[in-house]
Amino acid sequence: MLMLDWGILLIGLPLSGALLTFIFHAQSRWLGIGTALTINGSLAALLMQFFASTGTQRYPIGSWGAPLGIELYLDGLSITMLSMCSLVGLAVSCYAPAYFHMQSADNRASTATDSVPFNKRSGSGPVRQINKGEYFWPLWLLLWTGLNALFLSADIFNLYVTLELIGLSAVALTALAGSQEALTSAMRYLLISLLGSLCYLLGVALLYHAFATVDLTLLAERMTAVPATWASLGLMATGLALKTALFPLHFWLPAAHGSAAAPVSALLSALVVKASFYLLLRLWLTLFEAFNPGVPDLLGLMGAAAVIWGSLQALRQARLKLLVAYSTVAQLGYLFIAFPLAAGHAGAWYGALYLALSHALAKGAMFLAAGNIQLFAGHDQITALERVAQQLPVSLMAFALAGVSIIGLPPSGGFIGKWLLLEAAISQGHWGWAIIILAGGLLAAGYIFKVIGYAFNQATTPHAVQPVPAVMQWSALLLAIGSLLLGLFAAQPLALLAVGSPFHSISLP
Amino acid sequence: MSMQSWLPLLILAGPLTLGLIIFMLPENSVRTRTTLNLLAALIKLGMVGWMIWHVYRGQHFESRIVLMSDFDLAMQVGPLSVLFLGLSSVLWLATTIYAVGYLEGSPHRSRFFGFFSLCVAATAGVAMASNLFTFLLFYELLTLATYPLIVHRGTDIARRAGQTYLVYTIGGGTLLLAGTVWLYTLTGTLEFAPQGGFVRTLGQAHHADLTAIFMLLIVGLGVKAALVPLHSWLPQAMVAPAPVSALLHAVAVVKAGVFGIVRVLYDVFDIEFAAQELGVTTPLAIIAAVTILYGSLRALFQDDLKRRLAFSTVSQVSYITLGIALAGPLAAIGGLVHLVHQGLMKITLFFCAGNLAETLGIHKISEMKGVGQRMPFTMAAFTLAALGMIGMPPIAGFISKWYLGLGALQMEQNWVIWILIASTLLNAAYFLPIIYAVWFCDPPASWPVMRKPTHQETTWALLLPPVATALLSLTAGMLAALSFSPLEWALFIIHSQFWR
Repeated sequence: MLMLDWGILLIGLPLSGALLTFIFHAQSRWLGIGTALTINGSLAALLMQFFASTGTQRYPIGSWGAPLGIELYLDGLSITMLSMCSLVGLAVSCYAPAYFHMQSADNRASTATDSVPFNKRSGSGPVRQINKGEYFWPLWLLLWTGLNALFLSADIFNLYVTLELIGLSAVALTALAGSQEALTSAMRYLLISLLGSLCYLLGVALLYHAFATVDLTLLAERMTAVPATWASLGLMATGLALKTALFPLHFWLPAAHGSAAAPVSALLSALVVKASFYLLLRLWLTLFEAFNPGVPDLLGLMGAAAVIWGSLQALRQARLKLLVAYSTVAQLGYLFIAFPLAAGHAGAWYGALYLALSHALAKGAMFLAAGNIQLFAGHDQITALERVAQQLPVSLMAFALAGVSIIGLPPSGGFIGKWLLLEAAISQGHWGWAIIILAGGLLAAGYIFKVIGYAFNQATTPHAVQPVPAVMQWSALLLAIGSLLLGLFAAQPLALLAVGSPFHSISLP
Repeated sequence: MSMQSWLPLLILAGPLTLGLIIFMLPENSVRTRTTLNLLAALIKLGMVGWMIWHVYRGQHFESRIVLMSDFDLAMQVGPLSVLFLGLSSVLWLATTIYAVGYLEGSPHRSRFFGFFSLCVAATAGVAMASNLFTFLLFYELLTLATYPLIVHRGTDIARRAGQTYLVYTIGGGTLLLAGTVWLYTLTGTLEFAPQGGFVRTLGQAHHADLTAIFMLLIVGLGVKAALVPLHSWLPQAMVAPAPVSALLHAVAVVKAGVFGIVRVLYDVFDIEFAAQELGVTTPLAIIAAVTILYGSLRALFQDDLKRRLAFSTVSQVSYITLGIALAGPLAAIGGLVHLVHQGLMKITLFFCAGNLAETLGIHKISEMKGVGQRMPFTMAAFTLAALGMIGMPPIAGFISKWYLGLGALQMEQNWVIWILIASTLLNAAYFLPIIYAVWFCDPPASWPVMRKPTHQETTWALLLPPVATALLSLTAGMLAALSFSPLEWALFIIHSQFWR
């Protein structure tokens, strides 16, 4: 019964944190960091209990059973995703206060020099700068609530609610940057996100109509091959692929991730897109795998196209943050390549999820480092990144180490994930997929080292630069180191993933 | 765990930790950094020496860490590993001393020495890896750790050289990865088996697969081993500082590639199986022979001293591949012993080239007239190493060529003799004119003023390493029959590991 408490705490803590930081906004910084720490603490407790009991857990909230009440469900897959959220969430929570503090200092400086104050229109006497940090906390903790709830939910309507919560808070966070570009892309992101949720909701309605339940386990027992099943599969897959930015539905992602504030970009790229991927995977594994009308091949092809297209676009970018954003498009493609491969080799799921996990850490680190570089140099033009290696070594190291994982070089989590995917592909003789997997790594090396190469350049004429606080540099570096450690300690996370055999396979890769 | 299982881990962790500590050191704490570097190099040398003694008496050192189920980070020190490990730790000490002198007063030394130590750790890992998975891991780590050294100067040329380096090495690494995964899906194991490889059991039906895997692995390794046509990155990487060139050419990078080829041929496929059942060794020998001639020919036409030396490396390193690919014990001895000999001689040459550039600003061969009078010790070391490269007895290079020739005759591959003769003539053609110009031409009216005037021809830190390595290559040749000489060790490897 104690397990239940930790699981519910993981939803309750960020929710109450969101409310508290909203009400007591002056103290939001400490409240927020405190919430992040307690969430990590309860996750650690949950993990310990989970290891002690080794089995899936199901908690009826308020002791109401499945058809009537809400049930939470926990297995290896969901607890891995929860851990991913906590790690990235903690790093971003440490990073964000300093980032927004610097930004508002920047704004104050620029409004002081400008002849016309930037927000004179508000007309409220002495200019009170909007401190974005105060808005960041409630929104981010709400997002965290949504993420944790999504990974713990076990019925498709509840999942819809969490999906919507995630989508709306993510959009608001994107708009927080406040620039013209950010507002436009946030607007587009909002429409896409709503469209995706709507598709998903339609699928839920169809399934509920046909099988009279929204509980995942009951649905899995009752589902038959009727038109409603096919239609809901199509709708839900489309909606979730849209939210996961699967090629060619990725068009909204680079602008949104590229223009948001650095900590927000890190959250969007590392966690938000993974949530919809997790949901698609969960639905696929519990409901739709038995009804297989060639969807895996289609998803795999789109994933392969994403790997190639996203990487090529990343290579072409002149701006650092856009490069990193396109890299996300490419790396998400890898997750979908697992669908066609997993039919004959369950190791592919482990590979894909390991990639998702290490990508979360690495991409989080990369966006944070990119934010540092942008603050340091005042711009993020890749060809003009001279002296970064000399003056911002910790951030560049974070970028490079995260890059190692993204490329999939050993020793890194990305390497283990790619190894497992490759093994699944080659052992079944699927050479086409194997070549895509390898080619994606080569292209990734191209765009990562393009940045690093320019960062080593000596400056011919010194520019004005701004120092970056140590906490911002180190939270990026620690995340990146985490993605490398995943490559050195792979046995434990893989064993964790396998608990409750979410992939219908008893064999570990 | 006992000492036996700790030592390989210590040898790996030592330079790794050192690298991390050095990154943290402030730029101007020169003395702490130098002390730490030298101390670590000496301790490692001591540990390796201790291991050599025990390996000689038949002991093995093994460390194993579970990474995933079925995949271990496994390191084992046997006779073959010790050969590479010993070479790299001796040369690490020499290069560290040299680098301290070379980089005196230049910026970003903490970064340089940090990555330098990481390179050494990766090289030790490559030498000790006892399965293909671990090998791959350290092989890629080596790529990553050398990149910042190549672009160290931060110029546009350096950036482009770094780019070329990465295109080649990461491309090669990808092929190596593909081959490794493919092999694993067939065999279910990647543990090196010095007594006959681990692919023999697969049977006739898989021979086509195995040939393809062999090609993938060799092309992947051939990039670092600078086999033609995968060699172009090496001459371009010359823009890096001289200690880095030494690292690339003698201590770590090209050696890791060649060492990988040795591992694949002996411990993965088994040389007899590869030669007789798959028939892949003769094509490899031909590629190596082409590389030897091509590298020497290109070296002939370079006026830039470091570029000439780089093409010479392309050629000389392939002696090792050739010796192994001839698939006979005598040729293999020639190849293995050249792993050490080439390292000693080539590092001397690069140290000398660095001395010329640092002390007198000489980069081109045409500027070297009469420099022997100005820098007699440096140029004496250069001459010794160059003569060794040509194969003049009693310097080390002669021993390598002698055994290669004997091995070719033993395997009845007489064409190899012609390759050796042609290559020796070419070596003479590109080294002797330099030696002539250095000693017998008239020097220019005046030499440029040194950066830091001393009583000697250059600073001690720059002068001692090349003289020491030159003497070592002379000793390795003259005392080749003593136990623990490289030659005796190569014989020991062949006796204990490969030909039963």
